[in-house]
Amino acid sequence: MMRNLHVKEWGIAFAALFALSLPAMAETAPGDVAFADGAVEQSLTGGAGDAENGRAVFVDRSLGNCVTCHANSDVADVPFHGEVGPTLDGVADRWTEAELRGLVVNSKMIFEGTIMPGFYVKDPAPRVREDLVGKTILTASEVEDVVAYLRTLKE
Amino acid sequence: MKRTMIATSAAALIAGLTTATAVFAGEEDELVIDGETLVTKAPAPEGSPFSEVISGWRFRSDETQALQMDDFDNPGMIYVDQGLDLWEAADGSEGKSCADCHGDIAGFAGLRAAMPKWSEELGTLATMEELINYSRTEHMGAEPWKWESNEMLSMTAAIGLQSRGMPVDVATDGPAETWWEKGREIYYTRFGQLDFSCANCHEDNYGNMLRADHLSQGQINGFPVYRLKWGGLGSIDRRFKGCVEDTRGVPFAVGSDEMKALELYVASRGTGLVIETPSVRQ
Ligand code: HEC
Ligand code: HEC
Ligand code: HEC
Repeated sequence: MMRNLHVKEWGIAFAALFALSLPAMAETAPGDVAFADGAVEQSLTGGAGDAENGRAVFVDRSLGNCVTCHANSDVADVPFHGEVGPTLDGVADRWTEAELRGLVVNSKMIFEGTIMPGFYVKDPAPRVREDLVGKTILTASEVEDVVAYLRTLKE
Repeated sequence: MKRTMIATSAAALIAGLTTATAVFAGEEDELVIDGETLVTKAPAPEGSPFSEVISGWRFRSDETQALQMDDFDNPGMIYVDQGLDLWEAADGSEGKSCADCHGDIAGFAGLRAAMPKWSEELGTLATMEELINYSRTEHMGAEPWKWESNEMLSMTAAIGLQSRGMPVDVATDGPAETWWEKGREIYYTRFGQLDFSCANCHEDNYGNMLRADHLSQGQINGFPVYRLKWGGLGSIDRRFKGCVEDTRGVPFAVGSDEMKALELYVASRGTGLVIETPSVRQ
């Protein structure tokens, strides 16, 4: 439901862009993300993310599933927060937007060898499940939504 | 940045302490069955990646722990009873039972602790399942049992119980050495879309909560295991398969060389612990 709505919103947004005859922003492909010291300056979609949907992606087991490893007081309504990674309370005070984007796209660029998956990386390891080959865990717009959400986690 | 990292890990530690003590009081508990204490935590032997080897039993909730402490409550014991019946039952073209040739099943004490092991007869690294099926087809003239069948699980549980309390003692030298090395390589290889190795969870993060799961060292000294989630007994391969699937990866086939190599390597990481078959997990 939420995702359908979201797609629709984007549809409308794109239609609006088109109507204004602005150059349509192309999505950055997983292999083309430009990192500088682990940070990614450019939005993957060219636009700003939706923090509310980012919160949903953050807790959803089949999407971000971030709660599995991270505690986060903002989602205290979700039971059982993991402790494999640090708590994300106040994470926006510690990292810039570009760094947060880099951490979600591929945290291995900052934390070498970390257990945290790269959420916008294609086929990072051998034996990827057949139906997932060539796919990233999150889409470009989901990454931007999560980044927008992380930006709200201030102390 | 260093400063913030320290601050966050301290916060994580505090969060961890509160959840861990609230839900899991068991890490310091002792496993006592019939008045006998089984070693569930021990200093790791030389060359081990751990400082201490810890049984998966220690990481479970009080309720789950209790099920393994009393053989009348242990649901795995129903399988053991079935296995003991099968031990006496004649089968195959020879019309013989296991007991006819092997006598008392207690004669297999120590076998589970040494598994998997190199077998000259089979010309391969053999698991308990393979040794049993070899005897069924070669000595009894009977059909092999399927890996995850009730019969196989019952028999591996009954034979495994004969070694309960005996120290894990697998050979990793001689013809087993290349298998062990292959197993180690697999253990540290990341798989699947989530890009996890076994070590990421069971070496780097044991003791931590992964959502609602208290991560253990992923030891196999209690297999076959009765899992409440499965509502039954399951083999080592079934557990390995589930863990690889959780990486969004393609698991190795049950009984494959990769699985056997991994079994040997993981078994060796439990040196210092004792056999707990049949163990109980959530
Ligand atoms: C499998 C566990 C795991 C998952 C799932 C995971 N992370 Fe992480 N994350 C970590 C670990 C561990 C670290 C610390 C880096 C390190 O030392 O490896 C970390 C670090 C971070 C940091 C830096 C935190 C800080 O304060 O330094 C951010 C931000 C972050 N993760 C966001 C996320 C988001 C957003 C998701 C979901 C889209 C996510 N993580 C999913 C394990 C995980
Ligand atoms: C006709 C006689 C016969 C019967 C019946 C028989 N076995 Fe065997 N079994 C043998 C012989 C011979 C060996 C090889 C020598 C040895 O290790 O004892 C063997 C080996 C084994 C081994 C390997 C032991 C080791 O130390 O490597 C296992 C396990 C085993 N049998 C289990 C069973 C089970 C379970 C049954 C019943 C389902 C069974 N056997 C029935 C004769 C028999
Ligand atoms: C994403 C984390 C993760 C990865 C990666 C992982 N496991 Fe697990 N594993 C778990 C969880 C969670 C459990 C259940 C709780 C526990 O015992 O840790 C478990 C349980 C087990 C158990 C049962 C332990 C017992 O005491 O009964 C074994 C054995 C095991 N894993 C082996 C492996 C092997 C081998 C690999 C690599 C192929 C692996 N695991 C990869 C998370 C993981």
